[in-house]
Amino acid sequence: MAKLILSLWIALGGLLTINSYAAIEVYQFQAPAGEKRFQVLAEELRCPKCQNQNIAGSDSPIAKDMREELVALLNQGYTDQQIIDAMVQRFGDYVTYTPPVRPSTWLLWYLPFVLLAIGGLVILGLAYQQKRKRQQALPIESDAERQARLQQLLHSKEPNS
Amino acid sequence: MKRLLLFLPLAIFILMGAFFLRGLELDPSARESALIGQPLPDFRLPTLENPQRYISKADLQGQVVLLNVWGSWCPSCYQEHPSLLKAAHEYQIPVIGLNYKDEEAAAKVYLQKQGNPYAFNLVEREGERKLAFDLGVYGAPETFIVDAQGVVRYHLAGVLTDAILQQEILPKVRQWQN
Repeated sequence: MAKLILSLWIALGGLLTINSYAAIEVYQFQAPAGEKRFQVLAEELRCPKCQNQNIAGSDSPIAKDMREELVALLNQGYTDQQIIDAMVQRFGDYVTYTPPVRPSTWLLWYLPFVLLAIGGLVILGLAYQQKRKRQQALPIESDAERQARLQQLLHSKEPNS
Repeated sequence: MKRLLLFLPLAIFILMGAFFLRGLELDPSARESALIGQPLPDFRLPTLENPQRYISKADLQGQVVLLNVWGSWCPSCYQEHPSLLKAAHEYQIPVIGLNYKDEEAAAKVYLQKQGNPYAFNLVEREGERKLAFDLGVYGAPETFIVDAQGVVRYHLAGVLTDAILQQEILPKVRQWQN
């Protein structure tokens, strides 16, 4: 049991590793909050050339261009949403890891909750069925009836078995 | 009824299997450009042929053009080059080059050796974020069809083959020419 818990923790730890930055670049930010916002947005924006990497972690030329554009837009006073909109306008929804909620993305956003609800209903249904079965299996007997059944069992049993 | 219920996991498995099997055949890098149906972004870029000559969006309008993003550093560009030559010479489609993150001398050698399908080449150097970035170009080669009003009508990321040229690009170009 302890081993199982330990291995679960190790697996969890593997999921929670922090992205390392592939590129070492120096950017100049005009506002002191700029660097923090840069890091958040660079994690949030997805490299269009790579299959599943954000622009913070990618070495591809387009990711570098996007980091530079990100810095330029931050320094021009764009809000986070305006920056994401500007990138989506060029590269499509693909470029952000949190695509906007609209009819074409409803499945993506809401399907997990629908599945969770279905799973919950199934479990409730099963539990209810079990409970009813248990109640049916044990009809209420009087003491005399029980006594009779016990005697029957005892006598039908062969000795030394 | 109970018995049928036992087949539910199998049904779910088959459904998911079909879903994932389809996923195997999809090209994960193929996706529609965000620029389809949108006007070409404004730009002003020099040409490879004459660095003093600047081209802007208005200069492209009035005809349906293929805009091809290329670089002499890009192996797939060599691969698609014969198809571009065919588009320009055999099918008379105006092809405009966007020389992307390239060096001038290398680009000129490329055109001398491979042949030149381009009416002219816009130049966007490494470190610049102008037309290619605004078009959402994330590599080379990429090819766009821009109609006579300057609206982007088609986008291909990757190698242009003869088959794509004949089955997709040529009909699209003819469609927007009329």
